[in-house]
Amino acid sequence: MKSVKKSPWILHYDGSSCNGCDIEVLACLTPLYDVERFGIINTGNPKHADILLITGSVNEQNIPVVKQLYEQMAEPKVVVAIGICATSGGIFAECYNVVGGVDKVLPVDVYVPGCAARPESIIDGVVLGLSALDEKHKALKHKAKQN
Amino acid sequence: MTLLITLAIVILTPLAGGLLTGLDRIITARMQGRQGPPLLQPFYDVIKLMNKESMQVNTMHRFFVYAALVFAVFTAVILLSGGDILLAIFALTLGSVFFVLGGYASNSPYSTIGSERELLQIMAYEPMVLLTCVGLYYTNSSFFIRDIISSKLPAIIYLPGVFIGLVFILTFKLRKSPFDLSMSHHGHQEIVKGITTEYSGKDLAVIEVTHWYEVIISLALVYVFFAFAMPLSHLFAVMACLIVYFFEIIIDNSEARVKWQQALNSAWIVTGVLGTVNLIILSYFR
Repeated sequence: MKSVKKSPWILHYDGSSCNGCDIEVLACLTPLYDVERFGIINTGNPKHADILLITGSVNEQNIPVVKQLYEQMAEPKVVVAIGICATSGGIFAECYNVVGGVDKVLPVDVYVPGCAARPESIIDGVVLGLSALDEKHKALKHKAKQN
Repeated sequence: MTLLITLAIVILTPLAGGLLTGLDRIITARMQGRQGPPLLQPFYDVIKLMNKESMQVNTMHRFFVYAALVFAVFTAVILLSGGDILLAIFALTLGSVFFVLGGYASNSPYSTIGSERELLQIMAYEPMVLLTCVGLYYTNSSFFIRDIISSKLPAIIYLPGVFIGLVFILTFKLRKSPFDLSMSHHGHQEIVKGITTEYSGKDLAVIEVTHWYEVIISLALVYVFFAFAMPLSHLFAVMACLIVYFFEIIIDNSEARVKWQQALNSAWIVTGVLGTVNLIILSYFR
């Protein structure tokens, strides 16, 4: 279904980011980049969101939080790891409390590298996430037909 | 014939409401220096939501939003087919009450706060809606819209104060700033997603479609003030509706959200002053 790709609603979660990537995520909403052109809305509510953007590495404290946010999202859903910390842990990878990238906890669909990730690459990552979302939607439909 | 008209109203009303909402989003974006989404974006959103999983918090949670939709459709059919405006307004209020109950049903703190705020909003705008009906009856001696829009003079001539009061409280009904306390379209935090916080998938789509009906219902009340026996006046009335909607968008983009005390006080002061004074003056001339 085309409309799945035309209206991706985003939930943004800050793992243990230095706020560099967070500011770049918010920059996407500004008039210069204006992601609402693609129907993207920053929802701030897991039950409304299709795409979970996570910035920063995952640490021992926020594992349950990240998991709960993911579980509360309705199917089909996609996870996009923004910035090098979210993809691998980055320079914080060796810290005693850091578990590593988001993929240690959740199934990540798109990795967006960069420190901080540029708004252009964030938008690119979300658009890549859309095709993953479309595939998941088709898989769900297929599953529903089989049942 | 009646069946055909009803069917047309049920289908065309949300289409018009959705298009207006899309236009609203583009105009809002342009006012903020952005390009904005495509015109059909609200439809893409709703179709997407239809295809998503709907999470059920408890058994009654979903029932209430569907009940709210049924009453919104009922109101639209009565209003647009020229029926009794008083009956329409009561049905609309019942729909709003169902929506509030839906917020309370989930037991989530966010939607409970949303429901409480929605109740305050209903308290704030309901007196003015009733005064509008009273005023229209006072000028035309009929609650039926088909009588009101075929009178010799438009109702706006008798009821300018009531009309301004109605435009004031339409900000609540259209969920625009400064009176979007319970559920905002621009909410980035859970608390201003209010009642809708716990809804997802199809249920959220139903809430959105209900809002499209409410947009058209609100504008139908504006229409009634301008339309009269002259055929050309109906075109003028449609233009008046669009101007009022554009005005609401400007207010939405230039005003910050107010506290509930200010929302309630200002709405009641406007109702008390403009609405009742207008009716009192009218009573001297008749």
